[in-house]
Amino acid sequence: MAARTETVRLGRLERTAITGVLVREVVNFSSYWRSSTFSSTVEPTIYLLAFGFGFGSLVSRVGGFPYVEFVATGTVATAVLFSSAFPGMFGTFVKYKFQRTYDAILAAPVDTEELVSAEAVWIATRAGVYGCVPMLVAIAFGLDPSWGMLLVPFIGWLSGFGWANFGIMIAGFASSFENFNYIVSAVLTPLFLTAGTFFPLSQLPRWAQILGELNPLHQCVQLVRDVVFGLYGWDDLLRVGALVAFGLVMWRIAIHAMERKLID
Amino acid sequence: MSSELAIRLRGAVKRYGRITAVDGLDLDVPVGTCVGLLGPNGAGKSTTMRLLTAQAIPDDGELEVLGFRLPEDSKAARAECGVVPQLDNLDVTLTVEQNLLVFAHLYRIPRPERREAIERSLTMAKLADRRGDKVDKLSGGMRRRLLIARALVHRPRLVLLDEPTVGLDPQVRQELWALIDALRSEGTTILMSTHYIEEAQRLADTVLIMSHGKAVATGPPAELVVEHAGREVLEVYGAPPRLAEVQAEAAAAGLRTRRTGTSISILGVDGNGYPVEGERRPANLEDVFVLLTGEEIE
Repeated sequence: MAARTETVRLGRLERTAITGVLVREVVNFSSYWRSSTFSSTVEPTIYLLAFGFGFGSLVSRVGGFPYVEFVATGTVATAVLFSSAFPGMFGTFVKYKFQRTYDAILAAPVDTEELVSAEAVWIATRAGVYGCVPMLVAIAFGLDPSWGMLLVPFIGWLSGFGWANFGIMIAGFASSFENFNYIVSAVLTPLFLTAGTFFPLSQLPRWAQILGELNPLHQCVQLVRDVVFGLYGWDDLLRVGALVAFGLVMWRIAIHAMERKLID
Repeated sequence: MSSELAIRLRGAVKRYGRITAVDGLDLDVPVGTCVGLLGPNGAGKSTTMRLLTAQAIPDDGELEVLGFRLPEDSKAARAECGVVPQLDNLDVTLTVEQNLLVFAHLYRIPRPERREAIERSLTMAKLADRRGDKVDKLSGGMRRRLLIARALVHRPRLVLLDEPTVGLDPQVRQELWALIDALRSEGTTILMSTHYIEEAQRLADTVLIMSHGKAVATGPPAELVVEHAGREVLEVYGAPPRLAEVQAEAAAAGLRTRRTGTSISILGVDGNGYPVEGERRPANLEDVFVLLTGEEIE
């Protein structure tokens, strides 16, 4: 057996602890990847097809782009949201409350901070991948590939990290599944509809545009459009900064919420 | 650091709102022994277990596990502990082997040793031929064995067993007792909570009887029995009025009694002097338990 370091206090956010939690997720993923991939990709694709071709027959160009391409780039953010906030909320709640998985993990040398971080990293990684699906569908329907598209998974990851932590935070504060209905109806649906996915915010009144800039989903939509269509600007750095800030704030609050829930 | 003690609690207190679940508990678990926390439901056993893994933070008291102070150094202590929870929290959609693999990672077993550690656990829990089966296909007894195997995958110095056989058939319970006993004879230190008297009597070197968050007595089971219940108990059967009479007489003679449904047990009737007809039997841990906690248990 390896030598034991008896006197060393183990640090925070250890790589081995985070890896351990990630291994659990990856091994579990092998048993449910089909359903998860299906739900995370089919839904945004349906939005894309319904809006893109439905509205697309009425409106040919929006904001200077063919409407289908406008929606395709927008629904990347939708796919990211669906595959991060929802697993964050429901997955966390199930693992905490019904499967008691977190009790088992926290009895091992893993702290809540590491547990939440690993879960968020894992969900964000999936979201980064699933986020590309609407874009790939759009390519099949004629969107021109561009180098900037290679940045989309990273934007999806960054955005997904924030939303995963948002979901974990809600699960940490929620006392039952029913609480999620309020969040979906009052928070996620409005943010999703006003993210600039289906119509440009520039058509809205000034106050609504300012509010829109506070919507992290809108930052994701804009970033994806800018890199796909090659319209880089300084404001994109600000958008990245906004997503980083969103991610960091949500991450810390999610850890706090889960500590309250998991540690008596 | 107290090197001979795997667990050392002094005045541990844990409150939940107005309820004090653990109320000034002192607990010593010497290295290489098996200590049983015996108490009825709600005595604070599970809370004590949660304190030991820092899943509950004490309101007061000193806590040391394997020489590490809790809660601040709990992670280092947890790395060398194995925990068998009362409620099954296996990953049910994974196979037996995958469950062990996940915990081999969580318990930081270095890569070259992982394979061997998993094999050892499978053999120990007699699950080697079920390694590829999903957990939801296993019987209750097998799941519990897997839960124990999972806690032992990294060869912990200290094992915490929270009600290891609760809700299992008597035969399955025997199997698990054999498993725990094997572990004990290998020199692993064990702290086990239970509300089964027989379990404590068979497996524990030292029993700590817990009631309302406090230790009411502690010692080797046989000594506790002699000290608190004497050697022999007289069991008197009869109709309720007769039993009340017998109870009053015993009280007058300075002997302690306990009601057990259809009978009265008169404790400490050692020798032959007591003038009532009844069945004599050796005193046991249950007598001590009921006497000290005032609570009947199954």
